[in-house]
Amino acid sequence: MNTTWSRFNIASLVLGFAFLYLPIVLLVIYSFNESRLVTVWAGFSTKWYVSLFHNQAFIDAAWVTIRVGLISATFATILGTLGALAMTRYTRFRGRMLFSAMIYAPLVMPEVITGLSLLLLFVAIGLDRGILTVTLAHITFSMCFVAVVVQSRLVTFDRSLEEAAMDLGATPVTTFFKVTLPVILPAVVSGWMLAFTLSLDDLVISSFTSGPGATTLPMRIYSQVRLGVTPEINAACTILIAIVAVGVIIASIANKRREVNRARDEQAAARN
Amino acid sequence: MKSLGSFRRKFAPWNDPEAKPFIAVENVTKRFGDFTAVDDLSLNIYNREFFALLGASGCGKSTLLRMLAGFETPTSGRILIDGQDMSGIPPYKRPVNMMFQSYALFPHMTVEGNIAFGLKQDGMPKNEIEARVAEMLKLVKLEQFAKRKPHQLSGGQRQRVALARCVAKRPKVLLLDEPLGALDKKLREETQFELMDLQMKLGLTFVVVTHDQEEAMTMSDRIAVMDKGKVKQVATPAEVYEAPNSKFVADFIGNVNMFEGTAAAVEKGKIDIDVATDKMTIRTEATRDCSVGQTVGFAIRPEKIRISRKEPANSSVNTAYGELYDIAYFGDMTVFHVRLENGRIIKAASLNAVRTVEDPLGYEDMVWVNFDTDAGILLTA
Repeated sequence: MNTTWSRFNIASLVLGFAFLYLPIVLLVIYSFNESRLVTVWAGFSTKWYVSLFHNQAFIDAAWVTIRVGLISATFATILGTLGALAMTRYTRFRGRMLFSAMIYAPLVMPEVITGLSLLLLFVAIGLDRGILTVTLAHITFSMCFVAVVVQSRLVTFDRSLEEAAMDLGATPVTTFFKVTLPVILPAVVSGWMLAFTLSLDDLVISSFTSGPGATTLPMRIYSQVRLGVTPEINAACTILIAIVAVGVIIASIANKRREVNRARDEQAAARN
Repeated sequence: MKSLGSFRRKFAPWNDPEAKPFIAVENVTKRFGDFTAVDDLSLNIYNREFFALLGASGCGKSTLLRMLAGFETPTSGRILIDGQDMSGIPPYKRPVNMMFQSYALFPHMTVEGNIAFGLKQDGMPKNEIEARVAEMLKLVKLEQFAKRKPHQLSGGQRQRVALARCVAKRPKVLLLDEPLGALDKKLREETQFELMDLQMKLGLTFVVVTHDQEEAMTMSDRIAVMDKGKVKQVATPAEVYEAPNSKFVADFIGNVNMFEGTAAAVEKGKIDIDVATDKMTIRTEATRDCSVGQTVGFAIRPEKIRISRKEPANSSVNTAYGELYDIAYFGDMTVFHVRLENGRIIKAASLNAVRTVEDPLGYEDMVWVNFDTDAGILLTA
């Protein structure tokens, strides 16, 4: 492998990372700003974090967001997994191509359209907009993502595992819970995490489908920004970034460790 | 182990008209769309038999096995196991267990967990499960690996876990799909005998699918040679090899020299076949009915052909003369390819019984090949 770094490589790396992370770094730095003015540095302070935790509107919005995220991610995972199972298992029905295309369509559908159509639906059936409608909307759009993630795992799933379980006397239901689900669990968990993050940072669909008392954190931040950016928002965003970063780091460390252990076990097994 | 041998020697229920088959496959057909995987197939397998389904890939042997296990439903016909009609009975209610080609070990369970899985489904009490698992681990010599996960085992160990898992439930029938396919040659040969002894000890009926004819010949009591969804011949390994019933079987099992000619004379239980293309007359025993003028086939195994530089005594029949074209030395035996005048190759094998041979045959030597009248097989199908 070539380990020498040319000047060109270094330059492109720095430029690339600067492009990606400079705005975020600025945001984090100014969240510790003493001054009320976002663009003028006046010394280090954590006072905006303190004031954030005293801002009831923010706390409420965070609470709504977490509740919507947990519930919608869970339901989206159940529905998405079932959908993925159906799509990979029943490969010989008429119009399967259309069906699988329809699973992918919401991924590329403009959010405005999804939001608007959901709003029209809720109005048509007379459902009052609130936390329920936001949750339903989030389930709708995130289950497609779960389906795609789980489906990609199921494609490589060895069906003979299920046959072996049934052959050993397990009913189809037992087979699913004792064999299929544990084996595809990593994909289901990452599907859930994807659904949760999608729900966490959704603004457009939430705005269309939420009502009074169901303001999510992104909606709160967005409406606050329209009245002027305060360092409080910077602080809120920094906390969000920290949560996401910690999650990503833990997930990748766990993943890496699992891979290393597995490689070591396999080598040991090959030796004896 | 002496008792096993004497049991094997006497074991031939298929010759007993009174014996009831343990597995009866009756006119079973299986179609996938336009493709007929199994075509109007009937087969009887007896209790405690080691039965092999042998054939090239795509001959329908695996489909038949999967129908026995209940993973596929016959398009028509029926399957009886121990007198019970299996139609409509799901895999989890059948008295059979299957060992998969990929082993299909549950990756998230330990060796113990894998073996106990089937027992738990039966609702066996916990202490009995533990005892049975311990017994199975001992049977396959994996006691010290009980807590390992499948990926922490070698290929041979995984194969034994798979075996232990499917015999743990004491099924009436064990179905094995290419059980030794993933093992290397040496391990495969050892495991063949282990499987045979296990089958005897447990008194089970084994149905094994394989494409490896040596494996089928070594292990099984009887072999069903399959082609295009049909059974071509069901017989003991020796019968399949020495008395194939068709050109297909003769050609499929082992090495063979095939001739085709016209029956020239039939008398006193012998038949003369005029092989015009090779300018040869073959005299063989008339084991099948045929009339003068009929086109017949003749198959002879390489090891039944003698090869020498000297012209044999009666060179008017069963003899050919040609150039030694290729020599394949295997250590235990040597296969000579003799090219006749018309370019046809005849294979003759000889056992290397002595370490050194004076004046060995070499490339381009002119040699005679010759065989006895009872050495080959007359084929009319």
